Amino acid sequence: MNSIIPQISVGLSIASILLLIALGLAIIYGTMGVINLAHGDFVMLGAYTVWFLQKQFAMNLITTLPFVFAFVGAVGWLAERMLIRHLYQRPLDTILATWGLGVIMQQAVRLLAGAELRYVKMPDFLINPVHFFGYEDSAYRIFIFALAVALLIATYVLIYKTEFGLRMRAITQNRDVSRCFGINAGRVYALTFAYGAGLAGIAGALVSPLKSVAPDMGTGYVVDAFLVVVLGGVHSLLGTVASSYVIGQADAVLASWSDDTIAKAVVFLGVVVLIRLFPQGLFAMRVRRS
Amino acid sequence: MSIDRRKFLKGTATAGVAAAAGFPHIWIKNASLAYAAGGEIKVGVLYSLTGTTAIIETSLNHATIMAIEEINAAGGINGMKVVPVIEDPASDPATFAEKARRLVVGEKCVSVFGSYTSASRKAVLPVFEKYHNLYWYPTLYEGRECSTNVMYTGAVPNQQQKDLIPWLVKNFGKKFYLIGSNYIYPKEENNVCKILLKQLGGEVVGEEYVPLGHSEFSAVINKFKETQPNVIFSTVVGDSVVALHRQYKAAGLDPKKMPMASLTTSEDEVAAMGGEFAAGHFTSAPYFMSYDSPENHKFVEAFKKRWGKDKTTNFVSEPAYFQVHLFKQAVAKLGKGSITPADVRKAAWGQEYKAPEGLVKIDPKNSHTYLWPKIGEWQTSGQAKIIEESKEWVEPLPYWAYPGQVCTPDGMVEKKG
Repeated sequence: MNSIIPQISVGLSIASILLLIALGLAIIYGTMGVINLAHGDFVMLGAYTVWFLQKQFAMNLITTLPFVFAFVGAVGWLAERMLIRHLYQRPLDTILATWGLGVIMQQAVRLLAGAELRYVKMPDFLINPVHFFGYEDSAYRIFIFALAVALLIATYVLIYKTEFGLRMRAITQNRDVSRCFGINAGRVYALTFAYGAGLAGIAGALVSPLKSVAPDMGTGYVVDAFLVVVLGGVHSLLGTVASSYVIGQADAVLASWSDDTIAKAVVFLGVVVLIRLFPQGLFAMRVRRS
Repeated sequence: MSIDRRKFLKGTATAGVAAAAGFPHIWIKNASLAYAAGGEIKVGVLYSLTGTTAIIETSLNHATIMAIEEINAAGGINGMKVVPVIEDPASDPATFAEKARRLVVGEKCVSVFGSYTSASRKAVLPVFEKYHNLYWYPTLYEGRECSTNVMYTGAVPNQQQKDLIPWLVKNFGKKFYLIGSNYIYPKEENNVCKILLKQLGGEVVGEEYVPLGHSEFSAVINKFKETQPNVIFSTVVGDSVVALHRQYKAAGLDPKKMPMASLTTSEDEVAAMGGEFAAGHFTSAPYFMSYDSPENHKFVEAFKKRWGKDKTTNFVSEPAYFQVHLFKQAVAKLGKGSITPADVRKAAWGQEYKAPEGLVKIDPKNSHTYLWPKIGEWQTSGQAKIIEESKEWVEPLPYWAYPGQVCTPDGMVEKKG
């Protein structure tokens, strides 16, 4: 019993980071069907934005978040307008184009900020752990968990409670018919992509004090994000949440039962098997694609 | 006109015969290998400037170039200038081998300074063995290698651990948790650690390897909390070091009760994680940037002046620097006549040099180097405070954990009996 609560909290912590990383991708992939291989590099860009703001203006991590969202979102918007919108009918080309975009972003950061590992400061009041019911846990990890939930709720409201979300869902269902009803699909796509990129940026900002910041850090995150989205089912926000939770807990249990190397391999194997059995993911939604 | 297979074969055979007659030297091995011709001594510099390990290898490249510039500014070697031929192997072992071949065969370098990872060293070995050239390797490594074509100037496990483990047991206790990245170096170091612990009556409460580049240590930290070791012995490398230290502190663990003792955490990783996350943890290495010696003050100052104020020196860039000076002394001994890599190797044996870490010597028995192990405690400033220093230089024993095997000038031999 004693080890169960820390165990669950480790799983929740891993799950919240996964959710944070995957949320932006789920929006872009789910709504637009764009396989965005540059997602990890948007995460990286977010981390570097915080580093830059902290270095230049000595800002607190939390106050940098709106700037990170705005900046990375703007980069995402530009990418959509200049590159991705020309490739909506060519999904395979999108993979190559977004991958190339990621490489360009990595090298740009390497040239501008250098290849060294960078230091992002944690907010002072979150450095020390908190105690509750005789347990202690990292305050920063709880903070990440809370923000992941907050962003999830914000995204849910955006998609299901606003008119923008209604248009977005309409386009997902059938793009051509939506356009006949006067929805500006191009504008919705651009904003969706910007929102997804912005979320990735925030994810990068939040994980950077706990992990390390380097130009190639995105590679690992994009793999995690795809794992979550594919397992959860492409068009389902609930699926993304559930699959982050499942993968996070599985990772935690396996890592404490053996070690992280085994955990990683077994989780991948498990996802491969599940995808074989449920090709649409755990939470499939019927969508008509034009 | 069409060329069929027969014509083609005839043609190439004729060309081959003509070439053999016309350029006999390409058939006679080493005939034209004039090393150090025209008052110049060419040496290769083979550290990655791009790719995964570019950050650390760039500092090795810088240290090497700086040493070469110093030697030339002081008049070169016996009046000959040292000319560096710089290649970028891009953190890729296959490219390492290809560039090494170019340096050795194309440029006729008499020695090559290079490599950070063991993988890249293993990749170039066949090239140096085939062309009887000499490779100078500055990185601390796992030992268990004894090539007759390599000079090893970094620490081997016995040098880093012989003083460290008893010191840790004495000051913190006998329960150790071994955590490392999943490849050869941490496994060999842990083997040595386990042997030493057994001699001291210590206990290993956990041994674990995480994937390279791993950054999620919550499960590992949970195990630290459950097993309550006295010491966490870490051979985690690269950016994982940063993540491990940050998550350790965020989880509320206390370095006073459960310090991490590392063989791989240097000034560079500490700068990236922030001094407050490293404070109270330990590293064992022959060199720290904060070491107080006239040679080191000179080295650090020169390095910053040459490469930038914010640059740090570390336990890999220091050997990269002093090994060039050892090379210089060896070549100086040979005089102005013919210089071959084999001559350089023999002349280098027994050479001593007052390095930033102290007086070092190349061991004639195994071409490794006598070094001065130190234990440093990290401070919030990002520098280490040196709290223990070896009283004498420590002999390199690359096969310390394998009593049946010994490294000799002719390579590794199995001891009978």
